[in-house]
Amino acid sequence: MTAGGDPGRRAYLDHAATTPLRPDALEAMLPFLTADFANPSGAHAESRRARLALDDARDRIADLLAAGPGDVVLTSGGTEADDLAVHGGWDAVTAHDRADDVPGAIVCAAMEHHAVLEACRTLGARTGAELRLVPTDRWGTVDVDALAAACTPEVRLVTVMTVNNELGTVQPLGAVAALVEERCPRAVLHTDAVQAVPWLDAASVTAPAHLVSVSAHKFGGPKGSGALILRRGATVRERIAGGGQERGRRSGTPNVAGAVGTAAALASAVAGRADVVARVAGLRDRLGDGLAARVPGLVESGRRADRVAGILHLRVEGVESEALVVLLDEAGIAASAGAACSSGAVGPSHVLESMGLDAAAASSGIRLSLGVTSTDEDVDHVLERFPQVVGRLRN
Amino acid sequence: MYSSGSRRSSDACETRGVRVLVAMSGGVDSSVAAALLVESLGTADVVGATLKLWGGDSDSGCCSVADVDDARRVADQLGIVHHVFNFAADFEAHVVDPYVAGHVAGRTPNPCIECNRHLKFDRLLERAGVLGFDAVATGHHARVARDVDGTHRLLRGADAAKDQSYVLAMLGQDQLARCVFPVGDRTKGAVRAEATRLGLRTAAKPDSQDVCFIRSDIGRAGFLGDRVPLHGGRLVDHATGDDLGPVEAVELVTVGQRRGMGHGTDGRRRFVTAVDVPARRVAVGPPEAALVTGHLLDTVAWVDGPPPATGDDGSWPALAQCSAHGRPVPVTVRPAGAGVSVTFAQAQRRVAPGQTIALYDATRPDSVLGSGIVR
Repeated sequence: MTAGGDPGRRAYLDHAATTPLRPDALEAMLPFLTADFANPSGAHAESRRARLALDDARDRIADLLAAGPGDVVLTSGGTEADDLAVHGGWDAVTAHDRADDVPGAIVCAAMEHHAVLEACRTLGARTGAELRLVPTDRWGTVDVDALAAACTPEVRLVTVMTVNNELGTVQPLGAVAALVEERCPRAVLHTDAVQAVPWLDAASVTAPAHLVSVSAHKFGGPKGSGALILRRGATVRERIAGGGQERGRRSGTPNVAGAVGTAAALASAVAGRADVVARVAGLRDRLGDGLAARVPGLVESGRRADRVAGILHLRVEGVESEALVVLLDEAGIAASAGAACSSGAVGPSHVLESMGLDAAAASSGIRLSLGVTSTDEDVDHVLERFPQVVGRLRN
Repeated sequence: MYSSGSRRSSDACETRGVRVLVAMSGGVDSSVAAALLVESLGTADVVGATLKLWGGDSDSGCCSVADVDDARRVADQLGIVHHVFNFAADFEAHVVDPYVAGHVAGRTPNPCIECNRHLKFDRLLERAGVLGFDAVATGHHARVARDVDGTHRLLRGADAAKDQSYVLAMLGQDQLARCVFPVGDRTKGAVRAEATRLGLRTAAKPDSQDVCFIRSDIGRAGFLGDRVPLHGGRLVDHATGDDLGPVEAVELVTVGQRRGMGHGTDGRRRFVTAVDVPARRVAVGPPEAALVTGHLLDTVAWVDGPPPATGDDGSWPALAQCSAHGRPVPVTVRPAGAGVSVTFAQAQRRVAPGQTIALYDATRPDSVLGSGIVR
């Protein structure tokens, strides 16, 4: 195989799927998985300790995302935050509609994560609201003209992600918010910021939105923990009824360790962000340039200036990404293609299809995503193995 | 004729140093197929793959998430890598769409055969080659043997009741050289016993039934009705053309069908002899009207080319099997344009257009010669 290299070496380039738990997050969580196990809703000393930790974590999350503590709804992750925003946000904003106002309309970028897309589809089915999917331009940015056309006065919900999870492209949230304000002022604007936190100043970038979804495990926190941030007076109706936790907006015993880990990871992600972005962008550039020089027929999606540092999305002409991912895995590279469904199968990317690419082109995408733990050795490893694998597939 | 003494098994299980991709449906046969391969090749050279074929609702078959889970867990237990390949678009294009179009045209396609032809032994074989595998294994009950001259033969599975050579009768030399059927020389009972011995979770799983992409609660009628308009029509006497009453949906009627056709004035059961979808007409007749002396076959595929003619008219004898578990009957086969004609030694129940007839060697009745689709 390879001369000199360690045949068993692996490089993890799937940080956009999930990234390792930060050591400080793990350390912060451990007490609440062991001694301080109590339910924070009780009336005893043990509960008060847990409640204090939960309140502190919520305060930190709120501070770091420029929100008030009462505007942070802790959830089980990004998908639940998206569901709460889409359904709960819609229910809140339409609660005061007159009978002749409904059913209204939903505007959703076609490139959204399935968590948002499917929530919008089920919302449309539940309410009879028309779902308007807005296409993506050739650079991986939501088509703003099409968005403007979709934003008519009866629209009650607009959802455009902060950073696309496949391409890494940053979406023009400011322009989107201005359009919403001008054309459908009664709409609530949601943004799925799950991919933004490690790379952008999420507090300011998401400021124009009413509802903001985040997920801890994308920035070094634990899986199963996330939040919906409410801004500019927006509110949501509960989706999970029960004990009335999270101020009646999300019932269920609070995940104290998850909240504590989320706060710790967020604090360290925000504090170290400038350095990490500079370093990872350098790795990403070396990787992208090196692969472009070594692999003919390689197309990098989107413009680097419009993308977050951690995501390099490529299309490899004449290669099916499903086969590419398998061979990359055998070659010691963890990468991903398109959106994996629950069975593990890879389909044509709906993001690439929303850019107008045909099924073959939409099945040729590969995402190499870097993170805090990525190294120069990882890049060297990929630069050596990736061209060999593509060569094998094209043979 | 082939010399049986010159034949030896070419089971890749006996060959070391080959890499095999085993198609795991989540059923017991392919689970044991994978286990047997691991036993002979080790875990490093065997990789499992489950095909995601159908995006819609289904009960089971090769498609549901539950079956993928079973396949993956068996692979985990065996210690082999497992992948899921999404061939849903190919399945739709090569199996589901033609299935629907066939019924609209009054034909009765066999989707399992088309799936084998286009998916398992084309798309998957291609993918396996791209990934560096030497062969694809499946859990089919059939055997591959190789003559001394290297010619591959497709043989019936050892368990006559579970033999699946009929649905594989479109395979040619190119495919057979790269196919392995590890359970083909075992009975179903032995396969289940092996699965039980190994403690595989699929040991007691029931055999898959019917068409994998059609949910049992809506059936064929519901499936087709969701996709194309179904048309009511008239039942007519095959000989006189007399109107015998209404039929609910002509697209759902199959030539040879008896169910729902009632009885003639003579009290005998009636059979469908022809379906004319555009005219919305289904012709029925007594049992003898459903008999034919032969069929024309298209889409003919040979295991190793057509056998040498023995008759002056280019004909040769064979055994014909007209359904998955039908009784083989003697026929005479003749070239006919791009296809062949088969003439039954004794008149047989008419086979519906779109169905497959598999041909077996008259002197080696376990050996597949090829197959074709009834015109």
